[in-house]
Formats: sequence, C-alpha cells, structure tokens
Amino acid sequence: MRRNSGASKARFLVLVALSLGGAVCARAQNTCLACHGSMEPPLQVTEQQFANDIHAQKGLTCASCHGGDSTKADMDAMSKAAGFRGKIDRKNVPELCGRCHSDPAFMRQYNPSLRTDQLSQYKTSVHGRLFAKGDTKVAVCIDCHGVHGLRPASDTRSSVHPLNIAQTCSRCHADANYMKGYGIPTDQFAKYGTSVHHDALTVRGDLSAPTCTTCHGNHGAAPPGVDSVQNVCSKCHVFQDQMFEKSTHKAAFQSAGLPGCVVCHSNHGIAHPTDEKLGGGPQAVCMQCHTPGDFCDQQRAAMLNGLKKLDDAVQAADKVLSVAESSGMEVSQARLDQDQARDALTKARVTIHSFKPALVEQDVQEGVKIAAKNLQAGQTALSERDYRRKGLGLSLVFIFITVLGLFLYIRQLESHAPKA
Amino acid sequence: MSALTRARTWLDERFHWADLVGPLKKKTVPVHRLSYWYFLGGITLFLFIIQVCTGILLLLYYRPGANEAFESVQYIMTRVQFGWLVRSIHSWAANLMILTAFAHMFSVVFLRAYRKPRELTWLSGMVLLFLALGFGFSGYLLPWNTLAFFATKVGTEITGQVPVVGRHLMIFLRGGEDVTGATLTRFFGFHVAVLPGLTTLFVLLHLALVQYFGMSVPPGVEARWKTSPQEARQMKFFPNFFLRELMAWYIALGVLGALAAILPWELGTKADPFAPAPAGIRPEWYFMFMFQTLKKIPAKLWFVDGEVVGILVFGAAGLVWMLLPFFDKAGGGRGRKFIMGAGVFALAYIIAMTFYGYAAK
Repeated sequence: MRRNSGASKARFLVLVALSLGGAVCARAQNTCLACHGSMEPPLQVTEQQFANDIHAQKGLTCASCHGGDSTKADMDAMSKAAGFRGKIDRKNVPELCGRCHSDPAFMRQYNPSLRTDQLSQYKTSVHGRLFAKGDTKVAVCIDCHGVHGLRPASDTRSSVHPLNIAQTCSRCHADANYMKGYGIPTDQFAKYGTSVHHDALTVRGDLSAPTCTTCHGNHGAAPPGVDSVQNVCSKCHVFQDQMFEKSTHKAAFQSAGLPGCVVCHSNHGIAHPTDEKLGGGPQAVCMQCHTPGDFCDQQRAAMLNGLKKLDDAVQAADKVLSVAESSGMEVSQARLDQDQARDALTKARVTIHSFKPALVEQDVQEGVKIAAKNLQAGQTALSERDYRRKGLGLSLVFIFITVLGLFLYIRQLESHAPKA
Repeated sequence: MSALTRARTWLDERFHWADLVGPLKKKTVPVHRLSYWYFLGGITLFLFIIQVCTGILLLLYYRPGANEAFESVQYIMTRVQFGWLVRSIHSWAANLMILTAFAHMFSVVFLRAYRKPRELTWLSGMVLLFLALGFGFSGYLLPWNTLAFFATKVGTEITGQVPVVGRHLMIFLRGGEDVTGATLTRFFGFHVAVLPGLTTLFVLLHLALVQYFGMSVPPGVEARWKTSPQEARQMKFFPNFFLRELMAWYIALGVLGALAAILPWELGTKADPFAPAPAGIRPEWYFMFMFQTLKKIPAKLWFVDGEVVGILVFGAAGLVWMLLPFFDKAGGGRGRKFIMGAGVFALAYIIAMTFYGYAAK
C-alpha cells in the first residue's frame, strides 16, 4: 500500500513539474519583453502593459505582428532569418491587422461573433480613402484602438468603449492644427459635450445613447449624407421618423436639399428639445423658413397651444398633489396616474413631427383628461384635509370644555368635602 | 325608585355589589408634590384601550398576506369612512403608549416605587413593557411597506445572532429562512392574538397588584410624613383621583386626535422583497438606541462577533434591570445608589443613542 501510495505521489509530482515547466516555458518564450520592458519609450513595452493586451491574453506574442522568434535569446530573436519585421510602418498597419481580423476562419478560434469586415469597411471610410491616397495623417487602426495595451471595446478602460469614443475621436478632430487642410470644423467634440446625447451617455450612464460612431459608423466612418440623416436618427427615434416620413416636410426638405432632422435639431450639439422650438422666440425654428401669419404659422401656434395646455394641466395637478402629499394625505394612486399624463405629453411632443395639429390635439386631450382627474383627486384630498382639521378643531373645543368642566367639578367637589 | 337604583339593588341581591365596590370607595391616593407621576400608568392603560378599540376596527378591513396587506391598508386610508383616522390613531397611540410606558418605568425607578412589597408589580410592569415592544415590532411589519419590510429583516437578523437559540428563533419568527408573506401572517397572529391575550392577563395582574399594595409614596415624602403626620394627605380614589385621571385621558385624546389629523401616519411604498434595501433603514424609535449601539460595535471584539457581544450585553443589562428591586435591599445604601446610577445612565444612554441614531447618516 505504501509503495503504491509513493508511486502515485511521484506520478503526481512529475505531472505538476511538467505543467509548471510548461507554464514557465510559455512565459519564457517571449524574450522580447526582457529587453523592451526596461527600454525608454517609444521602444518600451512593459510586461504589465502587454499582459493587459487582449492579443497577449489570447496567446499571441510580439512575433505575431513584428515577426522574428521570441523564443530565442539576444539578437537571434530579431534576425532576418527568423522573419523579423521590426517596427511596423504606419502605411502597413491596416493590412497587418487585417491579416487576422479579415480572416473569418482564424478569428473564429478566438471570437466567433466578432465581425471580420473592418478592413473592407475602413477602405470605404473617409479615413481609408485618404489613406489609400497616401495621406498617413488620417486614422489607422492603432490610432483609435491603441497598441501593445489594446483592450476589447467592451472594457470601460478601452479607448473605443462607448464612454471613451468621443474623447478618442477628439484627439484629432478637435485639434485645429492637426485638422488644418481638411476643411472640416473642429468644434464637434465641444458641441457634443453640450448635447442631450452626451448627457444621456455620461451623466445617466446610458450606454445605448449615441456617440460619434453611432451616427458616423466606426471602421467605415463618414458623415451621413443629407438623404440619410433621417435614417441615422430613426435608428433610435422610430416614432418621430414615422411621423416625419408621412409629413409634408419630408418632400419639402428633400426638394430643398435640407438634411432632415438636423434642420431643426442641429447635429453634434443637439440640445434637449423644448416647446420653445415651436414658439416665436429666439429658439424657434419654424419661423426661420415660414412667414408670420401664414397657414403654417397658424398650425404651429395651434400645436404649441395644445402642448402648453397639457403641460399646464400636468403642472397644476402636480402642485395640488404635492400640497396634499405634504399634508399627509394619501394620494399615491393619483401620483402614479400623473405618469400617464406625462406620457401623453411626451407622445404629443413626438406627434409634432407629423405637423398635423389634429393628431397632436388627440394626444393633448387624452393627457388633459388624465391630469384633470388627478387634479380632482388632489383637490378632494385637500378638501378632506380641511374637513379633518375642522373636525379636529371642533373635537378639541369639546375636549377643552370637558376638561374645564371636570376641573371645575373637582374644585367644587373638594371645596365642599374634606379630603380623605 | 330610579332605574339605576333598581339595577344596583338587583346586582346587590345577587353579587353583594356593595361589598365588591366597597374597597374602591375606601381606596385613597397619597397627595404630595410628585403625585402627578401617578397619572402615567393610567395614561398608558388608556392608550392600550385605544389600541384595542382601533385595532378591532382595523381588523374589519385589514387582510394579512404579502399580496393584500399593503393594498388593504391603502384602502383603509383612502376609501373607508374615517379609516385614515382609525389607522393614524392606532399608529400614534402605539408610539405614545410606548413613550408613556418608558416614562412610567423611569418614574417608578426614580421615585423608588419598586421597593418592597412592590417587586412583583415592577416585574409585571417590565413584562408589559416587553409585550408593548413586541406589539410595536410585530405591528410595524403589518402594512407591508418597504421601510417596515427591511427593518423587520434587519431586526430578525439581529435576533438570529443570539448565541445557541438565535437561528432557531429567527426561523421561528420569520416562518422560514427569509422575511416573506409567511412572516407577515405569523406577525399578524402574534399581534392580534398572542400578544393581546398575554397583555390583558398581565394588565389585570398589574392592576390587581397596584390595587392590593396601593400607591407608593416616595421615600423622602414618606420620611417627612412619619416625622410630622399632620402633613400626610390623601385623596379619595373615587371620585377625586378618578376625575383627575379622566382629565389626563381627555388631554391624551386631544393630543392623539391632533397628531392623527395634522400628521397622518404615512404608508410609504409597497415592499418589494426583490428590490435592494433602500438607504437609511431604521427601526422604530424605541429600538433605535439598541440598533445604533449594535451598528457602532466593531465587527470583532477580540475573537467574538461584535454583534453577539452587543446582544449579550443588552440581554444581561435587561435582566439586571428587571431584577432592580432586589438590589435595593442587597447592598443597603450602596444598592440604592447603584439603582439611581443605573437609572440615570440608562435614561441618558437611551436618549443620547436615539438622537445619535437619527442624526447619523
């Protein structure tokens, strides 16, 4: 028994030694980091940096991109005979990345769901087309994704994570000097920072909110054409798109060569839309094209009045319900129903994109009806509160009279009878 | 012969009514500058009676069960005629009852009313206080709102920390591993059947003992009366003290009505067992001093769980507090000093930790 046990132990130890040895060998195979870890930038690649790289995590080594033989020590690792390519020329970066990323069979081993059309898309992008013409200033893969410490897009620390994309694009697009000669503005990032989309993404943490690549595409990045703006926005704003599609403005904008949604809402600096846009003030957009007093101006005013009516009704009900609630009245059901009135207001604001006052009025009436019911509930609660207070006052008067009566009775009782 | 006299004669012929009410007629109450403390016990009793009456009214509409409890209380508050008043008075009276019970207990300590021969009166009073706390703890969960649900979760968790029996006790209280509808049904049973039964028994015992031994006179007053008996004054329990007590009850009723009408007891939102615990979970104010203490005790004290140490210390302190009258005689003057010191410390500690608990974020 003892001998058997000893043999098992020995077999186990050999297995452990072999697996440990394997692990050590696997780590020891990448000799590049031994030198490059201690070099100065730009030749420096630390072990930590490389360990964070998704490629390294999937088992690729320096040699996978740079060639050579990372299992050999000293300069033998970087010999021509070993296929060493050295520093990758910027001109070759897209093709080098594409060697693997455009090969579905190869990529399937690591991430079957990852697309393999990045290179072909890149070639259709503004970046790719200029690059093909020899402009090496434009972005190539490593400019957005980084190099040697490259993380997957799902990692919040990645430069291409939705939260970081705008910052990544702005490294070039917000640099007026760098962008000189391209003839495009460099205020997109600054404007985007003020937009409702940026607010949704960064403040509310809604990762589905749009960033640069949502509208422009990523590998095939290009500005959406005038005709396709509506299609881009409609990816999220479905109902607005359906309304606009059937509206008279669709054809009018098309014939005038106007870029759909952007005409009223702008592009990078899209602010939270307010009812003022339908008004006649500085934020108004309708009157930029229409003439005061014409049919369209009247329609605009009718829709604005409808929205204002519902907004006022919702606010009035809210106010009364708040007072009732702070008085300790139970109005939670009416509070809950207020959400339906607010939904109707949102729906009416969406229906504006049909530019048909009758349709807007339908939503407005629905909301006004709900808000009126809630207002009534709040007023009933306040009447009930007043009734209670009056009842309390009356009860306290009775209680006071009774206590006073008792007090006088005790005095009278004790003034006549001696204490026990 | 009036109807009242006829009824009295009828009762007297059968039950010797005159003999039954005789002692009440003879009963007297000492009169001195601290006599007003005598009203606290009566006010507590009055609030208990209010609790029983409003509790019965609430039972007409309340439905125990995780799916119905909240809605039924909401129905009581919004649809039932004067339901809001009954529920608010029930909740306010519960809190005021515990407040007056605490005040009554401390007045007994500081006036040394627990002394021989009233040790059993003190013990029955302590049992009544624990029963009142049990009423509060079980009743808090019944509306099945978020705050109550999580506070009960924390409260029963603390019970689970009691050495040896804790876990069994927690499962018994919860009716399972977690706070669920089964806990609600169980708490409802405790609240409307077990606790009222026990409380009625102990209230009767407590009143019988008070009746038997009479009102205690504070030692200072007693000594003065002994040296100058002409200063000793008494008043008849009926009608003199009774009418005064009635005045106190009327005032308590006024305060209760004002609180219920001006600050109706809020309902909150329905408990969702799957939702994360909201911030600021707190027990009812009368458990706050214990809750805050347990929160502040380090997780480990030497090698023992801090919470377990806290529970054991509270358990031991509670036991010592219950046996307080027996220390009065034990060490002569030292015993008295110990009791006074313990009373002052307990009162200061409870007030300080309660305020700290509400002030701390």
